[in-house]
Amino acid sequence: MRYYIFSAVILFFCACSKEVIPPGVPSGFIQVKGSDTIVNAAQMLAEKFMADYPYVYVAVTGGGSGVGIAALLNKTCDIADSSRDIKPKEIEMAHKVGVDPKEHIVAFDGVALIVNKKNPLDKLTIRQLHDIYTGKIKNWQELGGSNLPIVAISREVSSGTHVYFKEEVVQLSDKKNKDEFDSKVLLFSSSQAIVEEVAQNASAIGYLGMGYLNDKTKALSLSKDGKDYCFPNIKNVLDKKYPLSRSLLMYTNGEATGINKLFIDFVFSSKGQEQFKEAGFVPLKSDVAQAN
Amino acid sequence: MLLRQIKENIIEFFIRASGFLIIAFVALVFLFLLKDSLVFFSQYSLKSFLLGKQWLPISDPEQFGSVPLVLGSLYVTFFAAMIAVPLGVATAMFIAEAAPRSLKTVLKSSVEILASIPSVVLGFVGIVWLGPIIKNIFHIATGMCGLTGSLLLAFMALPTIITISEDAIRSVPKSYREAAYGLGATRWQALWRVVLPAAASGIIAAIMLGIGRVVGETMVVMMVTGNSPVIPQSIAVPLRTLTATIASEMGEAVKGSLHYESLFAVGLVLFVITFIINFIADLCLHRQKG
Repeated sequence: MRYYIFSAVILFFCACSKEVIPPGVPSGFIQVKGSDTIVNAAQMLAEKFMADYPYVYVAVTGGGSGVGIAALLNKTCDIADSSRDIKPKEIEMAHKVGVDPKEHIVAFDGVALIVNKKNPLDKLTIRQLHDIYTGKIKNWQELGGSNLPIVAISREVSSGTHVYFKEEVVQLSDKKNKDEFDSKVLLFSSSQAIVEEVAQNASAIGYLGMGYLNDKTKALSLSKDGKDYCFPNIKNVLDKKYPLSRSLLMYTNGEATGINKLFIDFVFSSKGQEQFKEAGFVPLKSDVAQAN
Repeated sequence: MLLRQIKENIIEFFIRASGFLIIAFVALVFLFLLKDSLVFFSQYSLKSFLLGKQWLPISDPEQFGSVPLVLGSLYVTFFAAMIAVPLGVATAMFIAEAAPRSLKTVLKSSVEILASIPSVVLGFVGIVWLGPIIKNIFHIATGMCGLTGSLLLAFMALPTIITISEDAIRSVPKSYREAAYGLGATRWQALWRVVLPAAASGIIAAIMLGIGRVVGETMVVMMVTGNSPVIPQSIAVPLRTLTATIASEMGEAVKGSLHYESLFAVGLVLFVITFIINFIADLCLHRQKG
């Protein structure tokens, strides 16, 4: 019996390796790694891409933007997804190990703030958010909500969204501001875990990419000045009216070549951009964004 | 005859080599951790690492205070032990001394199944089921806290504690019990006053090994304890352990950066803690045999 299984495995591998690839058809293996925000969209892109190029295998993993960039520097991935810009320190590191990160803006995203559906609030200012995440506001009552302690949830430090949120909200986009997340803020290692916790906890608030919005939780409208409150939707992000709008990025080592270039080109094609829209993000071109 | 001698020698050599290899592995792991930790301590003071109260690895300037992490780990471990030790030892006593044969088989295989549940599954159960229950029972702000972690970890330590304690209790010579009964002791008196003290060192070893497992467990605590790097005031608040810190930050830290090296220092602290626990367990086991 054991020998049968063994030979079956051997045969299987022989069959795989002997698969004939027609000459001139692109083939190979692409490792895409990084942002947890983009991972679902990247997976959809990979599936559509593999349908067009059956001999190219694209593997997609998440973990966080920092994970992707670290992997690009350690040369364990071909394309790094990121929801934040590469840091000067990382570029310096990259040059040290002979990697030249090249940035591609592939879509736009709004960082949405979500609360439990029982929470009566539906809008906040950036200043109020700052006070929540630095621990100055501790109860929903202070914001006109019910008498419940605030449970502020953040992503782990490996997340690009964490870094973006820290710069834009905790430090109020002021480079000299040294404010930190309150140490009581919960750090979750995935966006999905934030959705789960906020969905069942009436005191919770969390942030994540628009792609994770669904009817389990309620997204808040935000305002910078306390006048115009904007809901995180495609239109408001595209018009840059939503205060926490940002770009989603992919990094390659130098200009993309070969099958990596094919993949990047596919990402920019209207078919690729449609995948971002389907995953809940904002495509680069407004014609794709507005088409139904 | 000569051939046989050679064969013997070869076998003996391989067995001896495997033994030494294990020692070499432990030493290498330690040296490996020490090497990177030393790089870290050459750039960051040992005092601020051991006594610092803030863990802010990606801030400017970075702060690597390990106090919240060490306390987080110790808190979770302590409470997990408080739950797992009485429950585990009692179960072991029941299986070894009181349970009827049929029940014994069922119990033993249940314990084995318990041991084989992957920790990520327990973590998932913690997020969707246990966390909300804990939150409602104790009226706390969130179920993602140390207590949920402790309960799940206690669950994971139980199989180790039960199996080894049961072995220790069963290996107490029959003559001890007979002597106790002969003096007119009841079954409970014999178990409590004679058998348990005789098996004490084995049971302590079981407890220590169980605790060692709890300290090193990563996935469950990362998923359910909330990971806030605070100095915990109670067990019912979110906290961050040493293991969860390494697991969630290692992927992100760029090789060679101070953050990357700091995680090795955290690993070294963890290694020292588990080493001490295992060392105590080993001492106890030896005392039983000697």
